[in-house]
Amino acid sequence: MAKIELQGLVKEYGRTRVVHGIDLAIEDGEFVVFVGPSGCGKSTTLRMIAGLEDISGGTLIIGGEVVNQREPKQRNIAMVFQNYAIYPHMTVGQNIGFGLYTSKLPKAEKRKRIEETGKILGLEALLDRRPAALSGGQRQRVAIGRAMVRDPVAFLFDEPLSNLDAQLRGQMRIEIKRLHQRLGTTVVYVTHDQIEAMTMADRIVVMKDGHILQVGTPSDLYENPVDMFTARFIGSPSMNLLPGSMASGKLTVEGATWSGGTVSGTGEVRVGVRPHDLEVAETAGSGLSATGPVVAVEPLGAETLVHVEVGGETVIATAPGRVVPPIGSSVTVAAPTGSLHLFDVATEKALGRA
Amino acid sequence: MTAATVSSELAANGRNIRPGRVITWTLLLIGGLIMVTPLLYMFSTSLKTAGQVYDLRLIPAAPTLDNYIRVVSDGRFLRWFLNSTFVALAVTVSNVFFDSLVGYTLAKFEFRGRYFVFLAILSTLMIPTEMLVIPWYLMSSQLGWIDSYWGIMFPGMMTAFGTFLMKQFFEGVPNDFLEAARVDGLNEFTIWWKIAMPMVTPAISALAIFTFLGNWTAFFWPLIVTTSRELYTLPVGLSSFAVEQSIQWEMIMTGAALATIPTLLVFLLLQRYIVRGVMLAGLKG
Ligand SMILES: Nc1ncnc2c1ncn2[C@@H]1O[C@H](COP(=O)(O)OP(=O)(O)OP(=O)(O)O)[C@@H](O)[C@H]1O
Ligand SMILES: [Mg+2]
Repeated sequence: MAKIELQGLVKEYGRTRVVHGIDLAIEDGEFVVFVGPSGCGKSTTLRMIAGLEDISGGTLIIGGEVVNQREPKQRNIAMVFQNYAIYPHMTVGQNIGFGLYTSKLPKAEKRKRIEETGKILGLEALLDRRPAALSGGQRQRVAIGRAMVRDPVAFLFDEPLSNLDAQLRGQMRIEIKRLHQRLGTTVVYVTHDQIEAMTMADRIVVMKDGHILQVGTPSDLYENPVDMFTARFIGSPSMNLLPGSMASGKLTVEGATWSGGTVSGTGEVRVGVRPHDLEVAETAGSGLSATGPVVAVEPLGAETLVHVEVGGETVIATAPGRVVPPIGSSVTVAAPTGSLHLFDVATEKALGRA
Repeated sequence: MTAATVSSELAANGRNIRPGRVITWTLLLIGGLIMVTPLLYMFSTSLKTAGQVYDLRLIPAAPTLDNYIRVVSDGRFLRWFLNSTFVALAVTVSNVFFDSLVGYTLAKFEFRGRYFVFLAILSTLMIPTEMLVIPWYLMSSQLGWIDSYWGIMFPGMMTAFGTFLMKQFFEGVPNDFLEAARVDGLNEFTIWWKIAMPMVTPAISALAIFTFLGNWTAFFWPLIVTTSRELYTLPVGLSSFAVEQSIQWEMIMTGAALATIPTLLVFLLLQRYIVRGVMLAGLKG
């Protein structure tokens, strides 16, 4: 159990800086998820925390102690890798027990711990099997077991689910989450899947190009993204962004009409609206509304995602219920006042809601 | 599909594949015969009496095991056999250990001069053994290694080829495995020994087999570096049969036949690994 603090953490490979001095305090017992596009420095940051990568600058504090110069084993941290990294030449039990390799526990105690861990993860019947005879999900559980058995101060996960199929991924998400609730150990989890981030995190850290863009709870990030990148990255399907402009309190959105009151500011903007706020409606209420032809539909059962052409751009709206609008037909979509996000075109920073 | 296309396809198959096969099989057969004939003569001669040696029939007129009894009951042969066994085993163990250790280091650690070290090791592959024998000999005589087990073994205790082979294989071991172990608190030596080595067993068996066979049959260097008969390896000892008194072909052939036993055993027992090792070495190298 420990708090992890990153203070101005920098990573350089030769002359190129890939992590640009990030600051973050991860509370004891917190589940923090790093998200961001490929190459943004998530893994590098995680590996610096683990001690697998030298820290080029800044300070890393775990449990109140500066650990910049400590070897991984002295940090008592456990890590689960993307490709599981369970050893093919050892049985499941030996793999799990490997987490205790350096521990001074008596043999019987080790065996007990291995069996307990196996039970928690539903592997008790497989302890004598070789990894080659396991499914992907079982292998991932073995990797988690090896991390768990040691009772570390924190778990680090680097895209642990990306090799699993969609259904199993959903299942493992829940399992990891429940495990966290049960053990209460600090978790730092890296993914580029925003659904994993949203569903698992206490707090999400959005990274891009080696910088932290925003840190917040999932609903924070969903409701109040600080810039266009986070806005589009969080939430599925992605937020629609329409060109528009503001002048003397009036908002104009290309291809749509706005009847939601005055806004402050001037100049060109991007108007963001989440697909779930933009509904196919009979009549336009107060807020944003637009009419256009349907170009594609994605019926999901309880609702349908409707791709509509508005002002030369395709936006995604939702049609509640089981009515699927035919392709080519013209529909009106509307978003209520207060659901719009405005962004500066040049800086991409959020300007406020409308 | 019409009958016409079927028959033309059959014809095409016949034309394209059959002659190739025939040539391949013929060449393999000729090659096999060329390689097997001397072996057959070796066994055949070992079953003949001294008087029959120049009777070149493959099946001896009166086969006898006398030669074998004489060779085995002669203490020298046993001594040479044991010498060879010891030398080949010790060199093999040494190669498996050191070639892997160096190969692993070159494959998995970043350090200044790594590339230079690797090139330096590789460059020794381009120097033929014949050129090295004189420096080896001078070195041995300066250091008092002439006529000792160590003198026979030292040039082969590590090889550039083995190092190169192991490096290539270790490069195929994903770093995640090593890092997982590092996070679990293992030291670097244990990571190599417990994690990396078991993941390259095909390479280790290939290296072990080739090193053992190479040293078992080594002749030139052991001949040069040994002077006392007790230290001869088997090939050197057998050749000494040839020069003492008149050439006793039937004895030489019997010794040679006995000397092939470990080789044959290695091949029969480890055939699977040899084929795999050669294939992997080919793919990787
Ligand atoms: N050993 C290295 N030498 C030089 N540059 C590196 C090295 N390792 C990583 N990088 C660079 O550092 C940057 C961050 O890499 P990192 O692996 O942290 O990305 P990531 O966010 O984990 O991406 P992904 O989602 O693809 O795993 C990348 O631009 C990468 O090219
Ligand atoms: Mg990564």
